[in-house]
Amino acid sequence: MADNFDEMNGFDGAVREPYSMVDHWLQANTTEELKQKSEKAELLFRRLGITFSVYGDDASSERLIPFDIIPRIIGASEWRRLAAGIEQRVRALNAFMYDIYHRQEILKAKLIPEHLIVHNEAFLTEMIGVNPAGGVYSHIVGTDLVRTGPDEFFVLEDNTRTPSGVSYMLENRETMMQLFPELFSRQSIAPVENYPEALRETLVSVAPQNLDDDPTIAVLTPGIHNSAYYEHSFLADQMGAELVEARDLIVADGTLQMKTTRGLKRVDVLYKRIDDDFLDPLVFRSDSVLGVPGLFELYRAGRVTLANAPGTGIADDKSIYTYVPKIIEFYTGRSAILKNVKTYDCSDKQELSYVLENLSELVVKQVHGSGGYGMLVGPTSSQAEIDDFRDKLRAKPNNYIAQPTLALSTCPTLVESGVAPRHVDLRPFVLVGDKIQLTPGGLTRVALREGSLVVNSSQGGGTKDTWVIEE
Amino acid sequence: MLGRTANDLYWMARYMERAENLARILDVGYRLLLLPHEQSSEIWRSALRSAGCEQSYSDKYSDFETDRVEDFLLFDPDNPSSVYSCIARARESARIQRTAITRDMWECLNGAWIEYCADHTSLRNKNERPILIDWIKGRSALFRGALMNTILRNDSFNFCEIGTFLERADNTARILDVKYFILLPQNQLVGGGIDNVQWQTILRSVSAHQSYSWVYRDRFNPWNIAHFLILNNQMPRSLRSCYDGVSGALKGLNDYYGYQCDCYPMVEKIRSQLVDGDMNEIFQSGLHEFLTDFIASNNEIGAKISEIYHFNE
Repeated sequence: MADNFDEMNGFDGAVREPYSMVDHWLQANTTEELKQKSEKAELLFRRLGITFSVYGDDASSERLIPFDIIPRIIGASEWRRLAAGIEQRVRALNAFMYDIYHRQEILKAKLIPEHLIVHNEAFLTEMIGVNPAGGVYSHIVGTDLVRTGPDEFFVLEDNTRTPSGVSYMLENRETMMQLFPELFSRQSIAPVENYPEALRETLVSVAPQNLDDDPTIAVLTPGIHNSAYYEHSFLADQMGAELVEARDLIVADGTLQMKTTRGLKRVDVLYKRIDDDFLDPLVFRSDSVLGVPGLFELYRAGRVTLANAPGTGIADDKSIYTYVPKIIEFYTGRSAILKNVKTYDCSDKQELSYVLENLSELVVKQVHGSGGYGMLVGPTSSQAEIDDFRDKLRAKPNNYIAQPTLALSTCPTLVESGVAPRHVDLRPFVLVGDKIQLTPGGLTRVALREGSLVVNSSQGGGTKDTWVIEE
Repeated sequence: MLGRTANDLYWMARYMERAENLARILDVGYRLLLLPHEQSSEIWRSALRSAGCEQSYSDKYSDFETDRVEDFLLFDPDNPSSVYSCIARARESARIQRTAITRDMWECLNGAWIEYCADHTSLRNKNERPILIDWIKGRSALFRGALMNTILRNDSFNFCEIGTFLERADNTARILDVKYFILLPQNQLVGGGIDNVQWQTILRSVSAHQSYSWVYRDRFNPWNIAHFLILNNQMPRSLRSCYDGVSGALKGLNDYYGYQCDCYPMVEKIRSQLVDGDMNEIFQSGLHEFLTDFIASNNEIGAKISEIYHFNE
């Protein structure tokens, strides 16, 4: 059949065990019936206003991320192995951040070239010597994974800054439970709905020491025009935390305070959903209106916790990515459970010439880009697009990395013509506080166009509910 | 709660209340158009005045064509008090403050916005005006129901209540003030068919033409109508009832926050004037003056509350 791995039909077309119930269910329903359910799902999402805005679009436009009603299934044993790998990775990356902002043992051991750290824009010198509560830098991590075979998982990106998408994971589940209660009663599907509670627990566990009363948590959003505003308000609501913008905050009396109806009230833990650059105009970008003057000084003094910590971009920088297997070995003493994708560093002459030679087979990404913008997927691009990209690469090779095009796994997906395989990735969400908590499953993104490998919502991607089957 | 959140909740409730009042004012306008002896320009002029947007309308148009007026009041995004703007702004406030409202409230406002603002081609059908008016009133009622049935009785609830009742009081006072001259006692002697219609119009503007008969069991007379809309505590849109609402909500805030709001005494003073009020005295000292003063105090209370609870800091 296909030359890539299908998560339901494998390589050979025989239905794999975790999918037996989904297979059964698909057999029992006509395409028409499925489409009706799909329309119902869309209505639910629109009514709830689960929308995002697209950069470059009119600011007032709100779009829905397409939702596919066929769940993606992960077996219990598959998940156990994945979970161990993710946990290992997240632990190592936090240890790495502590190290490079303190003694820099890994540089002394010459495992990573020093210039990759010190000349890296993502390395915040302001963070040197700062001690975040509990030694945790990335409290919320969304590891991007792809799959190419029954046991072949690769990490694409670590997303240690401000991963988004968790609200879709939760709303997708909510919607599936409303639409297909019978599927949930037929087998045991690991629940995801305690994520907000776990997030709250995590944030409380890293609150500043010696508070007189319970810590106050707030979610810091750039505001209603941010593409993830829905998620910010959703999480604040689910946690019972205040949703604040910078203009609601002020540094006074040596603490961070928010402007309430009763005057100022202390904030102890800030779950920040704005970029580091905008955090504090006194320290970072001075033109930032999204930031709070004096916030960083307060943070450095341990008077407030920021989650994630500033400077976590160094751990998911694409130039550091190649070294993550070494980082894992260095800090955990074991080899990495999850694989990296082979990555060509275009700032290296030899690697660049290989990349230029083989553009039609590679995926080329910007080192500092995200959201699927400005990337080239060789195999699905025209000659003109490839030539165009070659010029860009030659002009600024340092801006790019390249990876072989993986034969991403597919999952059955409802499209116009019926149920058909479409490529997927997976973003599980990890919480790091006084312990590590991993929500079973995560957000599955699906490239809805036939053959497409780009799953980003801004590029026509959709999402699926992800089920980890409990034994 | 953030001061900014309180501000958004207060305005969300005000705008939904305003949308409903606009629908009612239009409804009465349509009704008057069907009657003989009525000039459409006069009907719409006083409708615009009741809606508080005569000035902004005159800035844009020079005549009072029915089509223009209804477009201005129903759909014009440039008119900050059009039904369109009210729904869009209420929904925007709700979207910003989703954490402070319930899912039911959000779904009601978001649903209204989807139908009315995101795609209102179907609603613009001229022949279905009565349906549209009912739709607007229905959405407002649904919102109010969702608020009453689902929200915690904490500060969120009380800021919504204050917004609702200050807006409603302003509306009732305006409707009365636009038509105050036909309620003056000397008109009682006139009492012809035309006056009867005008009096009913006032009652209809606040959906009270039926309940009036239950309370007064009498033919329409201006004295009772004024009493009904100003002092009667059974009539839910009377100034008295509105201030029972404002006072109750402020008392709720006092209890919740554990201290008294600085403008609570002022609200109580207005309320006691309405509780102990006497139509005789009000007519003697001037109905128009009474209403002008009331509207000014009502505005002042809104401004004070926004200052005391740090709405815009």
